[in-house]
Amino acid sequence: MNINATLIGQSIAFAVFVWFCMKFVWPPIIKAIEERQKKIADGLNAGERAQKDLEKAQQEIAEQLKEAKQQAAEIIEQSKKRGAKIVEEETQRGHEEREKIVASGHEEVTAERNRVREELRKQVAVLAVSGAQKIIEREIDKDAHSDIVEKLVAEL
Amino acid sequence: MVSGEQTPTQYIQHHLQNWTVGEGFWAVNVDTIFWSVLLGVLFLWSFRRVAKKSSAGVPGKWQCFVEMIVEFVDNSVKESFHGKDKLIAPLALTIFVWIFLMNLMDLIPVDWLPTAAMYGGYWLGFVDDPHDVYMKVVPTTDLNTTFALSISVFALIIIYSIKYKGVKGFAKEMTLTPFNHWALMPVNFVLESITLLAKPASLALRLFGNLYAGELIFILIAMIGLFQLPAHFAWAVFHILVITLQAFIFMMLTIVYLSMASSEH
Repeated sequence: MNINATLIGQSIAFAVFVWFCMKFVWPPIIKAIEERQKKIADGLNAGERAQKDLEKAQQEIAEQLKEAKQQAAEIIEQSKKRGAKIVEEETQRGHEEREKIVASGHEEVTAERNRVREELRKQVAVLAVSGAQKIIEREIDKDAHSDIVEKLVAEL
Repeated sequence: MVSGEQTPTQYIQHHLQNWTVGEGFWAVNVDTIFWSVLLGVLFLWSFRRVAKKSSAGVPGKWQCFVEMIVEFVDNSVKESFHGKDKLIAPLALTIFVWIFLMNLMDLIPVDWLPTAAMYGGYWLGFVDDPHDVYMKVVPTTDLNTTFALSISVFALIIIYSIKYKGVKGFAKEMTLTPFNHWALMPVNFVLESITLLAKPASLALRLFGNLYAGELIFILIAMIGLFQLPAHFAWAVFHILVITLQAFIFMMLTIVYLSMASSEH
């Protein structure tokens, strides 16, 4: 319980411990702690930045998507219009073509009819003449009555 | 209780006696020196292991624990001591952990180590009677330890005062405060000296008083027979707080004193 030389011994021990701690223990540990703190802070910052980037990117995506949708709608609208127009034009052209074909058919039919009629008339004339000739051969002279026959032929 | 042949007084006295070698002032309390140095080396060795391997990567469990203590001390220093100083933080760490470990010896049941030492000394032939072996295992219940610490801190207070204020500034502070008049210089000097000397005295006596009282109560509890078990447990639980708090107070006051010494009023 007395104060004695232990005091000196303890003081020396204390001084040595403090020196050792100051030299070999404290600096590496505090350095590691500070480095880790910095690392964690950096990591958190990076995370925050990434979060912001992500939000920005998402916003951009939404905008682009909206724009794309709009464009798509426009394109569809345009193509519908164009399709309708093409259909209309084609219908029109079809009509015209049909009419043209029908008209030309008509013409052809008319021309054929005329030709056939002309031929028939000629054949009937010949037939009539030959019939009349046979009748007249029996009764009258061919030359004397030819004017009447010609008149008849002209009337056909 | 060690043996039936002791009276309670003898038992208590035996527990409070240091193992001393030498006579008079030059006597040395071998047990105090042995346990404190052992604990100091244990502290430095275990912390040094962490320091050697420390990196900014993922820390191990022990490293985490050590870093927790280091950071706690570092924060305490940063809160109280403004300015840069390479010594104060490691000093505070050493004080905190070393005193804590020395106080922790108080929680080892009071008879274990002394009894082991008694019979060990007897069987090894150092003494003829086991009761001649004295072993006080809590270094902070020895005034020599607490005063060694507080006087070292006191020396640092003087050194820091002179370092930061100069001899002139320190002398001024000692003689011109609290009454700033030349005629009152002697009064001031007496007051300031008392203030200054009260710091190491209170540091040492507070730590010693708390631990000595705690130790004494452990010894008294050890004498009450079977009921000592719950009583010992209760007091030990309470004592965990005391030993930590005392280590913390010693560290904190050291930081505060040194910060006062290194700054103007």
